[in-house]
Amino acid sequence: MGLKRNVSLSAGLGYKGPAGYLTFILHRIGGLGMAIFITVHILASFIGGRFGGTLNGIYQNWAFQIFIFFCVLFHAINGLRITILDLIPKLQDYQREAIWIEYAVFIPLFALSVYVIASTAMGG
Amino acid sequence: MATKSRRLSLKERGLTNFEAMMWIFTRLSALAIYGLILVGLIGALIMGAREQMNLADVMRWAFMPNEYHVQSTDVPDLAPWASVFWKLTASALLLVATAHGVHGLVVIADDYIAGKFGRNFVRFLSIVMMIGVSIMGLYILWV
Repeated sequence: MGLKRNVSLSAGLGYKGPAGYLTFILHRIGGLGMAIFITVHILASFIGGRFGGTLNGIYQNWAFQIFIFFCVLFHAINGLRITILDLIPKLQDYQREAIWIEYAVFIPLFALSVYVIASTAMGG
Repeated sequence: MATKSRRLSLKERGLTNFEAMMWIFTRLSALAIYGLILVGLIGALIMGAREQMNLADVMRWAFMPNEYHVQSTDVPDLAPWASVFWKLTASALLLVATAHGVHGLVVIADDYIAGKFGRNFVRFLSIVMMIGVSIMGLYILWV
């Protein structure tokens, strides 16, 4: 039977909702990024040899490390907010405040990580 | 109406069908992953990571406590990092994270694939992927 969508894909992608929508889409990007990275990483380690080594070499690149750490950190912190608010339904009234706390934790941690990754890459 | 149903307690919502079971599984497995990563982090510090590893290597170990992840560090003896305890911790993390992740992929796919055949196909693919990744991961960890 299937579900009917009443908005086009482009309209859906152009939607600029309140703060919750940004966390939703970043959570999705982070989850997808991790799922692809970890699957390829396990496959490459399983295959081994030169091809596996080349694939795993991508993960040594500092730009890739910054991207994947963004995925991991945002997904983890946003996931913790979702988990806490879903398991304690009374807190759902403070969704907006929870998102502010989430960014207050995420931005300093991610900035610190980018600094550490970049300074290691520069040879410091 | 909408604001009221959000405030139902877990018991009142009822966890009877598969979707609801997976909804609660996603939340609980997230907490389990947090716990397992903390075990890896604390274990690394106990085994001397503070002097022998940099932050990136400690994080790499915590996200998957496998001895290959400490090979390129200053750790003098890999033996304590390759113990059965860490293999079991890594296996638990692998299985929980794979189930959590593959279910996440199905949720995303369901937003874009609404047909009956498409959804069944995605479910079949997800089961194949979950079993495949779990077996390959366990092989890497134990063999």
